[in-house]
Amino acid sequence: MVERGERAKHGLIQLLLAINAVVMLYPLVVMVLSAFKSNAELFASPFALPESFAFTNAARVWNETSFVRYLLNSTLVTAAAIAGILVFGTMAAYAIARYPFPGRSAVFLFFLSGLMVPLKLAIIPLFIQLGAMGLIDTRAGLVLVYIAMGLPSAVFIMTGFLRTLPGELEESARIEGASEARVMLSIMLPLARPALVITGIQNAVPIWNDFFFPLVFITTDALKTLPQGLTVFMGEYNTDWGVLFAGLTLAALPITLVYIVLSRQFIAGMTQGAIK
Amino acid sequence: MATVSIRSVRKAFGSTEVLHGVDVEVQDGEFVILVGPSGCGKSTLLRMIAGLENITRGEIAIGGRVVNNVAPKERDIAMVFQNYALYPHMTVRDNMAFSLKLAKAPPAVISDKVGRAADILGLTPYLDRYPRQLSGGQRQRVAMGRAIVRDPQVFLFDEPLSNLDAKLRVQMRAEIKDLHQRLKTTTVYVTHDQIEAMTMADKIVVMHAGNVEQIGAPLELYDRPANLFVAGFIGSPAMNFFKGRVESGAFRFDGAQLPLPRAAPGVNGASVIYGVRPEHWQLSADGIDAVVHVLEPTGSETQVMARIADTPVVCAFRERITAQPGESIRIAPDPALVHLFDEKTGVRLN
Repeated sequence: MVERGERAKHGLIQLLLAINAVVMLYPLVVMVLSAFKSNAELFASPFALPESFAFTNAARVWNETSFVRYLLNSTLVTAAAIAGILVFGTMAAYAIARYPFPGRSAVFLFFLSGLMVPLKLAIIPLFIQLGAMGLIDTRAGLVLVYIAMGLPSAVFIMTGFLRTLPGELEESARIEGASEARVMLSIMLPLARPALVITGIQNAVPIWNDFFFPLVFITTDALKTLPQGLTVFMGEYNTDWGVLFAGLTLAALPITLVYIVLSRQFIAGMTQGAIK
Repeated sequence: MATVSIRSVRKAFGSTEVLHGVDVEVQDGEFVILVGPSGCGKSTLLRMIAGLENITRGEIAIGGRVVNNVAPKERDIAMVFQNYALYPHMTVRDNMAFSLKLAKAPPAVISDKVGRAADILGLTPYLDRYPRQLSGGQRQRVAMGRAIVRDPQVFLFDEPLSNLDAKLRVQMRAEIKDLHQRLKTTTVYVTHDQIEAMTMADKIVVMHAGNVEQIGAPLELYDRPANLFVAGFIGSPAMNFFKGRVESGAFRFDGAQLPLPRAAPGVNGASVIYGVRPEHWQLSADGIDAVVHVLEPTGSETQVMARIADTPVVCAFRERITAQPGESIRIAPDPALVHLFDEKTGVRLN
């Protein structure tokens, strides 16, 4: 009896997970399938399989837009922002987590307060500030905004993780002759890799996908990122949906691959501390 | 190798003082064990020698050099931690070579020193493994190997055996002692286990509530404990204590009387604590009655838990005991081996 109840419970959980997976994956599948359809086909049979799996749409994206340039810009901006977030976020978190100093809690709360205010609320002051610094319509301006946006969550995640590392490791390294920087780089950070990966992915996906900040700050076509660049297919009177979906599929591909490659570390990081 | 001098050292965390003026001299090449119950300040003192805790007052000198304001890495010490503190992402070889790499030693020297340390500790087959792939005893050895390769002036051990099972602990105890006899490096070792202290140390420092209670060779502490705390702490099973008075040349308690040690002048009329180690009782027709409660034969000896009047007493006899629980045996202490302590101060009187 108990076993039957248990089995029913597990079955129900599996069912819910399966439904959830379908809900999550369905838009992606539609996007990928639509990438192979013409506009006419799309409107005639939006949910059917495409008539052929030819790469016509993808080829048009590649040839008729500055897709490669947008891809390069997105990669550059995302990579630079993630590097900045990880370097500065980890340094701040390390100091907060491992060194007692007066005002430590205040500094931590200052970073955390960034989690409570959406950066988009500050778009006008941000625009004025970047303008004053001559950073409007530059990739550097975009990167700085993203770093500021990512730091609070990075500090939050990294501080929590670094606090759990045993103090004896750093004491031992210190006795063995390591400088403070060496303790951090050679001993503590390799152990904090799961947290670094979580912080990286958690920030990379929204930055890669961000449409808002490039739309406000970037006007030169050569500096546009992918989400912004792909809007060229959205005309005022007609939109080539097939080509747009092909562009979106290509744009989602790199970050999806990064996620898959790092997901093992990501999951390891998420579950760390669950078992002692 | 070096001496370690701890002079009037005090330590306070905020307004709470945990060490109240400690003086210890460790001679060159000596194996000194700091022992005491949890919270007595022994680990704090060790961490102060290592430089991991500030010294509130007093001074610590290593090899004649006062190190109060010297960074841990410049004190030329090596420390083995209770949980080993091995770097989990490095192999055994890298763990052992870490300090040498930091000191920018040539690769040939590193390889030679690591090889020799691994050889001494029987770690050669495990050099390319990670700490997680090793057993507790092997991890312990890696931690010691890491200390050995540095060839420091002083080894510091912070309860290094407390995470091991009983059998392995006995084995590692012998290995550490053997290692010290071979390397002759000055060693300060912290433990709460008095058996560990007794079996390994050249000199034991018994600590209690932030004070040093007694310093001496293991058997000196055992034979002539300076006070009640040391008498009760050193020895297993613990010493038997009886509270009573000295009257007309004998110790009297609960209507019974026991013989006084010879060297106890001027105690007549005093309230004292009378101490007898379990193995210093003898079966004697002239002794006093003790009612047997539990018998624990171990083969080599028999431990008897009994009562004299209302006071519980533990005796250990070499001979076989035939008495059953509930029966009386007559026992007497060897007067040359009994201890007298002042009831109020706990200080030894004989």
